[in-house]
Amino acid sequence: MPHSVSNSPPNDMEQIMGDASPQNGDSQTTDNDIPMAEAEETPTATDGDEKKDVKLEDLFADVDSDDEFPSSKPAETKPSSSPEAPSSPMDIETDVKASDPEIMRMFYQRLFPWRHLFQWLNHSPTPTNDFGHREFALTLQGDIYLRYMSYPTSDLLRKDILSKMPSRFEIGPVYTTNPRDRKTLRNLSAFKPLSKELCFDIDLTDYDDIRTCCDKANICNKCWQFMTMAIKVIDAALRDDFGFKHIMWVYSGRRGAHAWVCDKKARVMDDQKRRAVAGYLEVIRGGAQSGKKVNVRRPLHPHLSRSLDILAPHFQTDVLESQDPWSTPARAEHLLSLLPDKTLNDSLRKKWDSSPGRASASKWADIDAVAKSGAGGKSLDTRTLLEAKQDVVLEYTYPRLDIEVSKKLNHLLKSPFVVHPGTGRVCVPINTKRLEEFDPLAVPTVQGLLAEIDGWEGGGGGGGAGAEEEGKGENVQDWEKTSLKPYIEAFRGFVLALMKDERDPKVKRERDEDEGMEF
Amino acid sequence: MLRQDYNRIDPKRRNVLDYRKKQFADPAYKETEYPHRLNFYATPPTADITLEQFEQWAIDRLRILAELEACSFRNKSPAETASHMKPLLEKYLPLDSNTSSSSKLFAERQKDHYSHFILRLAFASTEDLRRRFSRVETMLFRLRLNEDTLRERNAFVQSINLDCEPVTEEERNEYRDELAATAGFRKNNEDELWFKVDWERVPDLVEGRRVFLKAGKAYVPSREQASMVVAEFTQRLERALELTARALPRLDEDDRLTPILDHLSKNFTTPDASYNSSTSSVPGADISARNVDALSSHFPLCMQHLHRSLRRDSHLKHFGRLQYTLFLKGIGLNLEESLVFWRTSFNKVSDDTFNKEYKYNVRHSYGDVGGDSNRRGGGYSPFSCQKILTEHPPGPGEAHGCPYRHFNLENLNTLLQGVGISDRAVLQGVKQDKDSQKFHMACNRVFEYVHKKEIQKAKEEGIMTSAQLETIVHPNEYFKRSYLLKNLGKVKTEDVKMEG
Repeated sequence: MPHSVSNSPPNDMEQIMGDASPQNGDSQTTDNDIPMAEAEETPTATDGDEKKDVKLEDLFADVDSDDEFPSSKPAETKPSSSPEAPSSPMDIETDVKASDPEIMRMFYQRLFPWRHLFQWLNHSPTPTNDFGHREFALTLQGDIYLRYMSYPTSDLLRKDILSKMPSRFEIGPVYTTNPRDRKTLRNLSAFKPLSKELCFDIDLTDYDDIRTCCDKANICNKCWQFMTMAIKVIDAALRDDFGFKHIMWVYSGRRGAHAWVCDKKARVMDDQKRRAVAGYLEVIRGGAQSGKKVNVRRPLHPHLSRSLDILAPHFQTDVLESQDPWSTPARAEHLLSLLPDKTLNDSLRKKWDSSPGRASASKWADIDAVAKSGAGGKSLDTRTLLEAKQDVVLEYTYPRLDIEVSKKLNHLLKSPFVVHPGTGRVCVPINTKRLEEFDPLAVPTVQGLLAEIDGWEGGGGGGGAGAEEEGKGENVQDWEKTSLKPYIEAFRGFVLALMKDERDPKVKRERDEDEGMEF
Repeated sequence: MLRQDYNRIDPKRRNVLDYRKKQFADPAYKETEYPHRLNFYATPPTADITLEQFEQWAIDRLRILAELEACSFRNKSPAETASHMKPLLEKYLPLDSNTSSSSKLFAERQKDHYSHFILRLAFASTEDLRRRFSRVETMLFRLRLNEDTLRERNAFVQSINLDCEPVTEEERNEYRDELAATAGFRKNNEDELWFKVDWERVPDLVEGRRVFLKAGKAYVPSREQASMVVAEFTQRLERALELTARALPRLDEDDRLTPILDHLSKNFTTPDASYNSSTSSVPGADISARNVDALSSHFPLCMQHLHRSLRRDSHLKHFGRLQYTLFLKGIGLNLEESLVFWRTSFNKVSDDTFNKEYKYNVRHSYGDVGGDSNRRGGGYSPFSCQKILTEHPPGPGEAHGCPYRHFNLENLNTLLQGVGISDRAVLQGVKQDKDSQKFHMACNRVFEYVHKKEIQKAKEEGIMTSAQLETIVHPNEYFKRSYLLKNLGKVKTEDVKMEG
């Protein structure tokens, strides 16, 4: 990309000036938006027109300096002046797939939080190597995969994404040198990954052998509860045990969630340390054929006993009651295979065979009842049974991590706020404080969001076009008009807290100590 | 970029030397003492030794290191390794403790010290060698640390100054339960000393959940200190090796040492790498996509399991595909045939999905696509048993790995019976091998049972020497040997002498 290089000095300047006062960020963007307002005045025009428009922009993308700060705001669509406006969101929502390039373009142009993403990866308002040497990998339409892309500033990233229109992009590590220059290095070993957030990936497909409601890529609110439990357990361990503070959970768009641990200490960990964290958190081991998947030492490690405390209530409601995991004889047989005593198993099997359709919760209760009644044989002591039952709880609730993602420094992971091409849902951060309320099926979709912008009516009552309200409307950015707003605000809060810690080590240390005292 | 001349003296040191004598400056001789049996190898040796000593000492140490590496490849437990190494160490690299009244104490320690530094020179040149060197040196260090007496170990640990904070009485009371849970079954942990360190210092203890963690600090019992010392050793060694590598060009002028060092590093080959794809293919066999089903009877159990899973589900997960693709590549299935094989096997997916999601990986394994180095190297080499046993244990729904290791006994027996092995004695033997973690032995036991007649015949007729029939440590070797034995009459074995 020769032009990006030739263009970068002025960008840097603008970037520095633009970002030097993050407090004024909003007004700044709006100021810059103004010159572009004309160029984008046709959000409600026909598709053909817009396509033409955009292509022209692309052709002159690097000549036209206005493009550096394209509007994230369309010309105001006053409901009175453009009566056909409401019809276009309908079109968008019903007719167009999320992977449609035009939809994606509008999303990247108007809704994607570029500035926050930049600050998040850059850890400072002015561009540094943390961002400039960071690898991005773009998946283009038609499954072309571009690795080792990098960008000096957020605007260049934005511009390149807008011109290439990838269906998604992923974030990799920060390298020793600019990834684009890696081939110019004399020896390749000098090109090494330096740092990356510690990442976790949990995917509901890994729960297929224990969830009964859905399988493969499908999810519902019942099996999402597995994700809720997983996030609780992992989050607690990362915060309490490892002392990490900046942890962001992101919905992956379809059937899983990612965690980004952004603390400086976590980012600079080498592969060995990542492996250590992964091993510490991994409990469910073994493939389809390895039988019992939970093999933990006794006494239980504090992390495991805490996890059991977190998981036990979920096991009762979300597994036993709503999943009913041992309804069929074949599945019940798996439960028996996890129990230690043959005589006990035989009596349980007899009991369950005589009453087909017995609920899993009752079957679970039967174990203790039958054992107590003495049908368990002499060799069975209560502790062995209790431990076996704990293992069952862990097998049916403990997080199943895709561990490879966490082990390697140079693993790539899909960026937050990217749109999942299949579902159209935006990969939004998950609020861990209100984890139970998160509904993956209600996460905003691109189509819906674009419709929300068009349907937006000045935030207030809607009808009244008072002077005051109009003035207010000018400062409102597109994302603020949509249901993406709380997510972007949460992301911004997260990024600001992270930057604060990076900027002022002294303050950070003090706070560390304070928090240390609390525990 | 300006490169600093290596002969230039560090600016900070320049003033120390008399400028008039600068050009004659040599590393000054320093009397070295060895107060402890163990050594962190912080200061390089400065005394003179003969060239013969230089070479002999290095070779002796190398022998030890190679043997240690072999132990790890054979998956020996620490105890087994220790007993295996004991006579060798006594012969080549003895190191007595302070309490022993050996008069050779100084000589032994000096040899240990010097040989370490000589090998450092020999193995600092490439990243790969450095990694292997620090791995085996760490193993040696750990071995010696473990056999040290407690008093000497403590004295040594004191001397290297690990900074760790003792856990106060208050904290110990506060976290009594947690600490007790990590201390294991021993009940007398009340008197145990605990240290608090950043968890990054003890990654292996963290990985195994053997320490209690709180807010980024690991609470380490004093008996686990060894692991900290070892971690510190590795860390310092790795850093030192980097520095050595940068200083190496200065050695180029020395025509006495360089050949010796080159020779040393070349002899340090991985036993693992002895498998060579050019010798693995079997001439005369019809290796094609449609013939894989027939050939699969010659596959080792891991690959048979993959094959059966593939036939059953019409699908394999990523690592399963990787392991199986590379194996097939190793037996001589070429890229086109391999693509045909995978395409027909994944009969539940559309052409489009196959091309999008699976084709690339197969091509990548063959070195048809990917980065320069991948293409030049012809893709990956087939996995050895070592790799299959130790890397990427299978997770839920995955079929790769080694059945002898990753299956539970019941499922393993079912699988073995499924492929026609129901002899009680063999199954019993497999069970014992599995219990003692000798997974190779189990696999070889099955091989010998299946090929009993042929092996007998081959030995009698002298077609294969016993060297050619030694323990199999590579799935592709299993296939090749199995195929040759089953086709004794048909294939001319003279042409295909095996390297073993």
